[in-house]
Amino acid sequence: MSELNLKNPVLKWIEYRLPIFAFMKHETVDYPTPKNLNYWWNFGSLAGIILVVMIVTGIVLAMHYTPHVDYAFASIERIMRDVNYGWLIRYLHMNGASMFFLIVYIHMFRGLYYGSYKAPRELLWMIGVAIILVMMMTAFMGYVLVWGQMSFWGATVITNLFSAIPLIGDWIVSWLWGGFAVDNATLNRFFSLHYLMPFVIFALVFVHLWALHVHRSSNPLGIDTKTDGDSIPFHPYYTIKDTFGLSVFFLFYLGFVFFAPDFYGEPDNYIEANPLVTPAHIVPEWYLLPFYAILRAFTADFFLYWPISWLMSAKLAGVIAMFLSILVLMLLPWLDTSKVRSGKFRPIFPYFFWIFIADCIFLGYIGATTPEGWRIIGGQLGTAYYFGHFFVITPLLGWLETPLPLPESISAAVTKEGGES
Amino acid sequence: MRKLLLSAAAAMILFSGTAFASGDTPKAPAQKWSFSGIFGTYDRAQLRRGFLVYKDVCAACHSLDLVAYRNLMDIGFSEAEVKAIAAEQEFRDGPNDEGEMFDRAGRPADHFKAPFENENAARAGNNGANPPDLSLMIKARLRGPDYVHGLLTGYKETPPKGVTVPEGMSYNTYFPGHQIAMAPPLSDEAVEYKDGTKPTLDQHSRDIVTFLAWTASPEMEVRKRMGIKVMLFLLVLTGMLFALKKRIWSDLH
Repeated sequence: MSELNLKNPVLKWIEYRLPIFAFMKHETVDYPTPKNLNYWWNFGSLAGIILVVMIVTGIVLAMHYTPHVDYAFASIERIMRDVNYGWLIRYLHMNGASMFFLIVYIHMFRGLYYGSYKAPRELLWMIGVAIILVMMMTAFMGYVLVWGQMSFWGATVITNLFSAIPLIGDWIVSWLWGGFAVDNATLNRFFSLHYLMPFVIFALVFVHLWALHVHRSSNPLGIDTKTDGDSIPFHPYYTIKDTFGLSVFFLFYLGFVFFAPDFYGEPDNYIEANPLVTPAHIVPEWYLLPFYAILRAFTADFFLYWPISWLMSAKLAGVIAMFLSILVLMLLPWLDTSKVRSGKFRPIFPYFFWIFIADCIFLGYIGATTPEGWRIIGGQLGTAYYFGHFFVITPLLGWLETPLPLPESISAAVTKEGGES
Repeated sequence: MRKLLLSAAAAMILFSGTAFASGDTPKAPAQKWSFSGIFGTYDRAQLRRGFLVYKDVCAACHSLDLVAYRNLMDIGFSEAEVKAIAAEQEFRDGPNDEGEMFDRAGRPADHFKAPFENENAARAGNNGANPPDLSLMIKARLRGPDYVHGLLTGYKETPPKGVTVPEGMSYNTYFPGHQIAMAPPLSDEAVEYKDGTKPTLDQHSRDIVTFLAWTASPEMEVRKRMGIKVMLFLLVLTGMLFALKKRIWSDLH
């Protein structure tokens, strides 16, 4: 840790009154980071950067966008055609949403594999779950702003879910809509909230980083840093590693923006919203598909629904299950009974980890296709497995599995491997 | 009652896929397009022919709301040509200083004139069907260019055995459900070409698809050209950053 030695009198004056430069140096330059982080640890900083890209492109788009049912669709096409580089800004924003989710999902799965959510980082993890929830709301509302067919009908389906709440359901739906259908009032409030929520995410990210910097990054070995030799300063080691990762990511991201900008989109959303024509097949964006599959899995004959069928409708059960599928992550630090953090030292866990990833992808496929034939049963089994993974497999595995011996320290493990850190 | 209706609507929406998606509509065969691939560009001669097909055939029923006459200058029409094309149409404008609405000749800044005043007029003129706007058609269908080409060439005068097509409808191989309200719009020699290209049905279809691909993605050529430069830049930058990373990390262990 080197001392901060300011020469500039103005900076000195500021520092004496608000020690911001010492703070920045301490938290970003000197910040001790485990020396053995692999490339899966790049995705946190990538998520922060894509958030900034989304906010900047979004602010520019809002300068040209008109949140009115008669003009919304046309104003976006005006951005695409008549605004200077409007197509670039719009495609950056549109594909940026998909990239944001891709990055955050990888970031989350990294946390799942290496046990990053375990003590003392439970709250850090829970703030992260709050971030993904707000991200989903933001993305959903942003998608509605396009005012294409899928925007409109997606908004109708999702807002209608709240009508499943007993007694006050209808009232809540009308309150969300600001009327008796998805209409101008709905579009206006979604625009307002879509502009607000990224700043909520930004604040949550700040708290997420604050919590991170208390106990600092976990690492692939899942053991605590003990000596100075276990850590390296963030700068220059991780600044250059993150910058390199960012450059690779931009190759991927901009590849879609320039050569396949509509890859993640639905063709139907290039048709202006029409309340009188229902599209043949209503699907959400890819990043919400697994949750959509869980929602649809709850039909009257679903075996998970039987025990609660006296209590609520299948539709309400589906809605609750959909929210629970994300909220269950909040409980994960306590559902996981394993004594070690990293999946590296758990002989059986990795198999279940990969099965779980396969299950999420499978649910995504089910969410994208029409529920008929085997896919109904498939979606129900996939949903049951999703919850089984958290409520049954995760606690049991911690008890039954004998972890491999942990290395003494990060330095010891790194030197033994003799490889790159 | 409203609750019942809402739930019914939600249920219908949630499970509506079942009724429609199980169709037996075949995929339109994949075609070669001048604008596909990362180096793709719009064939200029084909765009001109495609514009002619739109003007002579499609424009009778289909609007092209998002495109202005001035946009034609981006694909090689001269200013004089564009002025002449725009002037062929009359536009309602006003009010003037006396408060009167008046008709005037089209100007390059006007958007393509729609064939019908409104949806009701369009339906009244088309047996109850509403011909969709074509500006974004290529982007609004799955595998857009292939689909529209398939649709335009996929009419069958006599439907397969056991299929009856109601009066005023036509049978089309690639249209979902096969019954389409649009009568076969193109045929061999439907449009006269001045550049010596053989005016076959297939050629007409390819030309109009290329033109509509341009109306849907007018930025495509600029986008791809910029993309190649950006990718090359990023490749070099990534390589340099990787070398730098190696070097900075080499003093560890």
